[in-house]
Amino acid sequence: MAIQDIISPGFSDPVFQSQAAFRALLTALSEPGTLQSVAADIIPPEGLATATATALLALADYETPVWLPETLRDGPAATWLRFHCGVALVDDPARAAFAVIDGAASEPKLAAFNPGNDQFPDRSTTVIVQVSGLDGGAGFSLSGPGIPGTRRVAPQGLRPGFTDELRQNGALYPLGVDVVLASGEGMIGLPRSTQIEEAR
Amino acid sequence: MTVHQMPADNTKPAYNYAYLDEQTKRMIRRALLKAVAVPGYQVPFGSREMPLARGWGTGGIQITAALIGPADTLKVIDQGADDTTNAVSIRKFFERTADARTSEATEEATIIQTRHRIPEAPLKSGQVMVYQVPMPEPLRKLEPREAETRKMHAWAEYGLMQVKLYESIARFGEVTTTYDYPVMVNGRYVMSPSPIPKFDNPKMHMSPALQLFGAGREKRIYALPPYTSVKSLDFEDHPFRIQSWSQPCGLCGAADSYLDEVVIDDRGGRMFVCSDSHYCETRRAEGHRGAMLGDAAASGLVEETNP
Repeated sequence: MAIQDIISPGFSDPVFQSQAAFRALLTALSEPGTLQSVAADIIPPEGLATATATALLALADYETPVWLPETLRDGPAATWLRFHCGVALVDDPARAAFAVIDGAASEPKLAAFNPGNDQFPDRSTTVIVQVSGLDGGAGFSLSGPGIPGTRRVAPQGLRPGFTDELRQNGALYPLGVDVVLASGEGMIGLPRSTQIEEAR
Repeated sequence: MTVHQMPADNTKPAYNYAYLDEQTKRMIRRALLKAVAVPGYQVPFGSREMPLARGWGTGGIQITAALIGPADTLKVIDQGADDTTNAVSIRKFFERTADARTSEATEEATIIQTRHRIPEAPLKSGQVMVYQVPMPEPLRKLEPREAETRKMHAWAEYGLMQVKLYESIARFGEVTTTYDYPVMVNGRYVMSPSPIPKFDNPKMHMSPALQLFGAGREKRIYALPPYTSVKSLDFEDHPFRIQSWSQPCGLCGAADSYLDEVVIDDRGGRMFVCSDSHYCETRRAEGHRGAMLGDAAASGLVEETNP
């Protein structure tokens, strides 16, 4: 068996590990801009950060179509997600409940994913954006629900114009996608309710 | 699926941890994440049968079951009290199915499941309030069709609610709604705060705690992230006001808490006591004495503490 065919383990204790992962995600999305981290006790497949893989293990299943970039769709990440979560992978970003994108790649734009509709804004895609770091980059300020005053984030490895995409996404409120920035074991939530104050 | 308690262990039933199966928890968790992203919007979810009747807090229980973990301390209150039927049975449910650590102290709890009150002690960052909601749709009494209320929320068409409040003022001189008083969340959605007294509405505004709402029978989940604007609907010339009482709590003397009126004899005798039992007990333990504490202790209704 070739080494890339071996599927690395998922949760060893699914009940408590998915509970802990969910609480980290809940805090990340209810207090946007705060750095949350997940435990490093799984071995993610090539191409997925620990935080991305943990979030999908905790939330994705046969009810949630997942969109992956082409580089991951035919690789071990797809096999791993199909095996552990039983997810269907979709080609059309607008059909995805969850999507994983590379923050540095120029495509797809956030606008390509499903923003929900005015009667069911909850049917939007949750987009996990994998970045090279969650601090030390070009910063921008956030405000909105979950943030007393303003909060500053400075992720690294985002494509130029990403903050404009976030701003356009926020302008759709209450529609829009919810973004989770992921790097290593860390993640930062940027739900659609968050306003991007300034980009520098 | 991991079975938390092995069937071989005869002392405990073989439920999954926190009763719900993992598939159900994932579905509720996804609904909760969308609910915090759109504060005040009611997310539909697949509410399950629970081992107690709908209307007894099944929505709140399902949210708590999806949230709770070994690190949590759970407090359950019913109309402010820790020791009433609904609170006791829900607390026992989680002690049995999730080995939950429980507490009556508001400041020790990480998850507070509540029916119809917000505790008097200020909530802290990191705490999660879980509300049991009988009727999540604030517009339902004005418009019975779900298809119509959904459009009203979609288009922020809330004139009907303002008319209802206006008619109350026109007829009675004031807004007569005293509980389940509608609020505007983050300037976008009109939301039912669950049947808490309007006294508690201001505590929701910019609260440092995360607030989650579950309606089991109506199959809806909604949420308020911390530090979210929550404005009780009113008019410029009829601003929102909370209840006030002519006398303080008869047991602890508190003048800043929500009071229940208790009939004490058949000659019109009444006393007012804090609805939040833990708050009242804490104050009595600190040495605060209300005017009727001596009488109540003499008749064995409360224990008088001597600090």
